[in-house]
Amino acid sequence: MAQRQVIDARGAFCPGPLMELIAALKLANVGEEIEVLSSDHGSIKDIPEWVKKVGHEMVGIDQKEGYAAIIVKKAK
Amino acid sequence: MPKKILIVGGGLAGTIVGNGLCRKIGPELAKGEVVITMLGATDQHMYQPGLLYVPFGRIREPDLFRDQRKVLDRRVVFHVDPATKVDVAKQAVTTKSGRTFDYDYLVLATGSRTMPQNIPGMAEAAHWFYDLEPARKMRDALAKFEGGKVVINVNAPHKCPVAPLEITFMLYEFFESKGILDKVQLTYTYPIGRLHALEPVAHWALPEMERRGIKYETFFNTKSVDPKAKTITSEEGVTLPFDLLVTIPPHQGQQVIVDSDLGKGGWVPTNPKTLHREGSTNVFVVGDTTNIPISKAGSTAHFEADTLIDNLASLLTEGRWARDYDGKVYCFVETGLKTGTYVWFNYTTPPNPGPPSQMIHWFKLAYNRLYWLSARGLL
Repeated sequence: MAQRQVIDARGAFCPGPLMELIAALKLANVGEEIEVLSSDHGSIKDIPEWVKKVGHEMVGIDQKEGYAAIIVKKAK
Repeated sequence: MPKKILIVGGGLAGTIVGNGLCRKIGPELAKGEVVITMLGATDQHMYQPGLLYVPFGRIREPDLFRDQRKVLDRRVVFHVDPATKVDVAKQAVTTKSGRTFDYDYLVLATGSRTMPQNIPGMAEAAHWFYDLEPARKMRDALAKFEGGKVVINVNAPHKCPVAPLEITFMLYEFFESKGILDKVQLTYTYPIGRLHALEPVAHWALPEMERRGIKYETFFNTKSVDPKAKTITSEEGVTLPFDLLVTIPPHQGQQVIVDSDLGKGGWVPTNPKTLHREGSTNVFVVGDTTNIPISKAGSTAHFEADTLIDNLASLLTEGRWARDYDGKVYCFVETGLKTGTYVWFNYTTPPNPGPPSQMIHWFKLAYNRLYWLSARGLL
């Protein structure tokens, strides 16, 4: 299995975790996973909402101390 | 043997680094202890933010350009010979002409480029202002436009994060001054669930758009454009018709980065504080070329370059590290053709834009000229 790409977007105000994820997914192959680290509380709602809308796959959300690790798989 | 600093890229970031170093290590350069070399793609330096004004005929094209040799300190050895391969293991860079340059310290400042061709139909059907020739075409299209549906479409990733809002409000005032506003319907699309990546800017933009009657479509990531049917469709399943499509195309880093296996999409994995390429101690990355999750903007390049100048000068002359980059970004925001505001933030301070004013707009216009002092390392 390919190594999971990690985007550390903690404290990133612009373009922010979701925009970073969108950009990374464009460069990923189908089946690859991307883990976004976000300290923005909105990410745990925004990212799954967008992933569902577009048709990628949510692998999971790991709530850590002060941030969340959100894992998404490119599905198409 | 002199220490060799090689700067790959002659845009804003590389130019500020070259000029700033000359100011800091003048004696070492004079004694031949350090040599600075720059590899650029062109002998012309372009003021990229000025492209925003081209579609409206509000900047003279010659004002966008200076001779790079005049912008650059004469102590920097400048070659118009772009890099084609960077070998960090061998500490060598090969160029288009076939020459090879070795280095002790490498600065990667290759920047980013628009990639409308990555979206089917976009290059044929859309207008954009991030490159000169398309900005000229957009100016011609606006001159002929008599009304209809205008879609302003934003794609990720892109540089200059406030430019999409600026062009939207400027287009509104352009159509208003042309007397055709009642025949125009503007629709703005954005990749995430609000109108701008910066939350306070999105909050500010929402009522500004609503009071102007500008429609918006969030969670819109472009899948394709149909030039014949004149429609644009998103990955999220929304299709919008247009008579005039203005896009902020998706961006990528430069091909040399991809070809050198230095980073997916041309973005180099970079330490957000030290600006070292991940895995290297003598390779630094500045400007759009980094993969740091912050705005790709001229001001980011400028503040990163300032940090790098201090660190390289300190390493060369005292053998010590000077300071870390704090993530500072500062952007003017044109809120129309007559008013503007600004926003700044860093890794720990959130942005908080103030109310638009004519004074800030004038300052932005002044900065369009002051830029050349920034590039020379004077401002």
